[in-house]
Amino acid sequence: MNDFTYLQATQAKEATSAVRDNKGAAFIAGGTTLLDLMKLNVENHDQLVDINMLAFKGIEPTADGLRIGALERMSDVGEHPLVVQNYPAVSQSLLLAASPQLRNMASIGGNILQRTRCGYFRDTAFPCNKRVPGSGCPAQDGENKGLAILGTSKACIATFPGDLPVALAALDAVLLLENAKGKQRRVPLVDFHLLPGNTPEKETVLEPGELIVSITIPAATHARKSTYLKVRERTSYAYALASAAVGLDVQGGQIRSARVALGGVGTKPWRSPEAEKILTGAPATEATFRAAAAAAVHDAQPREQNRFKVELAQNTLVRALMELAKA
Amino acid sequence: MENEPAFFETSPKPNVVGKPLNRVDGRDKVMGRAKYAAEYPLPGLTYGVLKTSDIAKGRVQSIDTSVAMKEPGVIAIFTHENLPKLAKTPNDADGKKAIGAPMGFMPLTSDMIYYAGQPVAVVVADTFERATHAARLVRVNYAADKPIAAYTNPAAQLFNPEKIQDGKADGHTRRGDAKTALAGAPVKLSATYTHAINHHNPMEPGATTAVWEAPDRLTVYESTQGVTRTQKALSTMLGLPQEQVRVITKFIGGGFGCKGSCWPHTVLTVQAAKAVGRPVKLVLTRQQQFTSMGHREDQTQTLNVGATQDGKLLALVHTKTSTTSPWDNYAEANSKIINLLYDCPTFESSYELARANVMTSTFTRAPGEAPGSFAIECAMDDLAYQLGIDPIEIRLRNYAEKDPSTGQPWSSKSLRECYARGAELFGWSKRNPKAGLTRDGNTLVGWGMATASYPVHNSQGTARVRLYADGHAVVQSGATDLGTGTYTVMTQVAADSLGLPPEKIRFELGDTKLPTAPNSGGSVAAGTVSSSVYAAAQDVWERLTKIAIKDPKSPLFKAKPEDVAMENGRLQLKASPAKGEDFMALMKRAGLDDIEGTGQGKYGAGYETGRPGNPAGPNNNTESAGKHSMHSFGAHFCEVHVDPQLGTVRVTRWVSVHAAGRILNAKTARSQIIGGSIFGIGAALMEATARDPNYARYTNADLADYHIPVNADIPDMTVEFIDEHDPYINAMGVKGIGEISMVGVSAAVANAVFHATGKRVRDLPITPNKILGTKAV
Repeated sequence: MNDFTYLQATQAKEATSAVRDNKGAAFIAGGTTLLDLMKLNVENHDQLVDINMLAFKGIEPTADGLRIGALERMSDVGEHPLVVQNYPAVSQSLLLAASPQLRNMASIGGNILQRTRCGYFRDTAFPCNKRVPGSGCPAQDGENKGLAILGTSKACIATFPGDLPVALAALDAVLLLENAKGKQRRVPLVDFHLLPGNTPEKETVLEPGELIVSITIPAATHARKSTYLKVRERTSYAYALASAAVGLDVQGGQIRSARVALGGVGTKPWRSPEAEKILTGAPATEATFRAAAAAAVHDAQPREQNRFKVELAQNTLVRALMELAKA
Repeated sequence: MENEPAFFETSPKPNVVGKPLNRVDGRDKVMGRAKYAAEYPLPGLTYGVLKTSDIAKGRVQSIDTSVAMKEPGVIAIFTHENLPKLAKTPNDADGKKAIGAPMGFMPLTSDMIYYAGQPVAVVVADTFERATHAARLVRVNYAADKPIAAYTNPAAQLFNPEKIQDGKADGHTRRGDAKTALAGAPVKLSATYTHAINHHNPMEPGATTAVWEAPDRLTVYESTQGVTRTQKALSTMLGLPQEQVRVITKFIGGGFGCKGSCWPHTVLTVQAAKAVGRPVKLVLTRQQQFTSMGHREDQTQTLNVGATQDGKLLALVHTKTSTTSPWDNYAEANSKIINLLYDCPTFESSYELARANVMTSTFTRAPGEAPGSFAIECAMDDLAYQLGIDPIEIRLRNYAEKDPSTGQPWSSKSLRECYARGAELFGWSKRNPKAGLTRDGNTLVGWGMATASYPVHNSQGTARVRLYADGHAVVQSGATDLGTGTYTVMTQVAADSLGLPPEKIRFELGDTKLPTAPNSGGSVAAGTVSSSVYAAAQDVWERLTKIAIKDPKSPLFKAKPEDVAMENGRLQLKASPAKGEDFMALMKRAGLDDIEGTGQGKYGAGYETGRPGNPAGPNNNTESAGKHSMHSFGAHFCEVHVDPQLGTVRVTRWVSVHAAGRILNAKTARSQIIGGSIFGIGAALMEATARDPNYARYTNADLADYHIPVNADIPDMTVEFIDEHDPYINAMGVKGIGEISMVGVSAAVANAVFHATGKRVRDLPITPNKILGTKAV
């Protein structure tokens, strides 16, 4: 870790302009990813701008959904009655993530920005296009069991590691962003993360100095009837090998609307319009779910060690849908 | 053996030995008063941080420390260019042997790089943070070569070593003509078993605080399983008399084998402290832990089994291929347990090694027995299913009434009782004999079992007892408490041996100034140290008896020493116990404030034969020197729920029953079996270090990505012990349970997975990718 200065911002403007004006600066909220990566020298910032004093708080109903301040902690959001009741997939995704200690620290804005656990990214002795653009991607022919099969490129197959953003992607969440000029814009979560392509170092649409202010999730039947299923190598405190956030509105055995996103298999939270298209209007049966799952991984490009994820992602999705349909 | 009285005879009714006494050090641990190696706040303390190699093979072309040296607080930076030379290094065979080094290479002795993570510099600064920062600023230019990552690399050259495990085990063993017997066997099985790289990952990483008390006198606070072995290694490397190096380990946060030897980071810390003239503390980072203290090697075993249609074994042919370092022929001796677990007339084993750019692997809890039992115990399960015989029944049909590998009778063996009691506790009789038929919702339910066994190695130790006339005692032995309860059980043994309540005993350990004890490893500590303590107490009674029989005021005046016995702190005549007196009265009359006794406890073949051994030496292969073969035995029973679509395996029930001689403390022993079983469940289901095949560098070297079980992975566990009296193994009749707790565990899990799914997974760990595609039979 290098030496850095610390600024505690009390106004959004103070924070955003500090980070915009200094390429070496970074925001810090819970710090659960940032400090980890700084200790590994994967990120090297000369200034940390503490945003915990900012007013990006609150979990409150809006006219058509729920608004969550970006600085709310994972544990508070995951256990909030409105989230538990109206967005079970969101609650479950949070409570199945990390450990209680980490959830008590980590902000949900930071959680959306969590960086990959790819072992090549996290060790500066390896080449890594995400960390050092143009240096190469040894993961392609290396230890890639945990890495992505969807949205990959020749430059990068790093998995997006988070859980919450997968649920948010499924349930049409929209992020409110604010830049250093005080200008705000709304970006759907599905458009917030970028595919690696040839520029895996660029992970989101955030401009320098831009902050996540809040997240809104629209109310919907498929949000109230949603679930998050996470498959991992141990029962707690592990990243997903595959996960599925699904929402279903079923009436008289027919699916009126469906929401599907996959985690642990994509380079970003992986919303699947292909699966949703098959589900919508179809009978809520295992055959339908199987067809939807096949569509969701149609474009998968597995490597040697992560081939099993093609099957696992489908089974995870089918299981999640079956459980929802039964409930 | 006749010369050493046994605890059984002299104390037929132990008072506190065996009882579930709470840990005597428990309160200090939870209050934060227990001091670990990195917790000694010495005046002038400085902080050492390792800079490690980015490449796995090549040379250091140049190191530029100029920028780092300018950082505030930096005191010194040592590289191969400026680190003072050692008197002796393990870089040649003689040096390695003299030092007792686990690895035939000492970093910073040349510009050569042999493995990723090899130390290339040591930075010393006034704070940990400044040393860490400066280490990052040290610039190293490498000339990199293409490394070999493992035996699986097509470019790796395989060879058959004559000896493995540092020369302690044979590379080739033959008993009868196994190949011919196999060829003629009516039933044949052949299977290959793969084991991932495992790391010990103790909670407390390697840690050293080195203080030079004088230019030729050193004290080291070290996280080690053996203070004496570390003392010997350091003194040899430094060219100092052994007694001028003091090693202290009062508490240790887990070891599991990786702290059984003196590794390079300890030596570098000591060298740095000498060079800067101040105490230096160095703690490995979790990442460095993966490349500093060894590991369980990546390995493949093939086991060929020949049997009759009745399931009687005719032949076992075993081969193992594994990765070793550029210098050493290290392989766990998997074949030993396969050679002795069942009554099989023929046996053959051989080992194959490939040199790769990795550090030397080392003993990891139940070295050899853990992966070896995976092969034989899965094979027995396969044989049982193939022949339609119950897995316990097939083991009973092959029950070894004597040690097949040596022909010796067992000193004791209660495996039948372990099977029977385990089966009863588990409800084995209700098992569906067919695999893949028991469903519970989305999961398939399976039951599996496996045998456990571990040898009583040859070992010896010493202890000292100082008994005070006011009725308390200090008891000392330079052993290590790995966290398993050594402080507690030795307090119990001392209490009964001295006829005092345990609260009147203080037991001290973990210091080379104390009487020498063996490494806490290979399950030898409990038996060796308890016997030493007991012998030291006997020495005290002999001395007191001599005083009593010469004292006209004593009721025992003129009695023969052999007629006097100790009972509850009272010396009395065996024939008429009313005639005697309390030791305190005797000592006060004699004007003695205290009296000291010392004792040497032998463990294993040395006890039976009376031959001396080296208490601090590595476990030598002399277990079969006596008349008896000495082993503990046990059985594990496991229930799993397997989700065949999601690939997850959850252990839902667990029963372990062991027979390991005398159990010194029912509570700490139960905890130790639970801990070892969880260690084994980790190896069975999730533990695997990933080494990149091209860079020979680990890609998951942290505790988020190297998975060990969490609470939610482990069910309530049932543990029982079979009462076992063994007069041949040591004066206390203790076999030890550190390793056996994990032997057979991965097979019990894999056998349960097979019973659940009908799919045999022989590649550990059994992660979801290996379960997928399983259909119920």
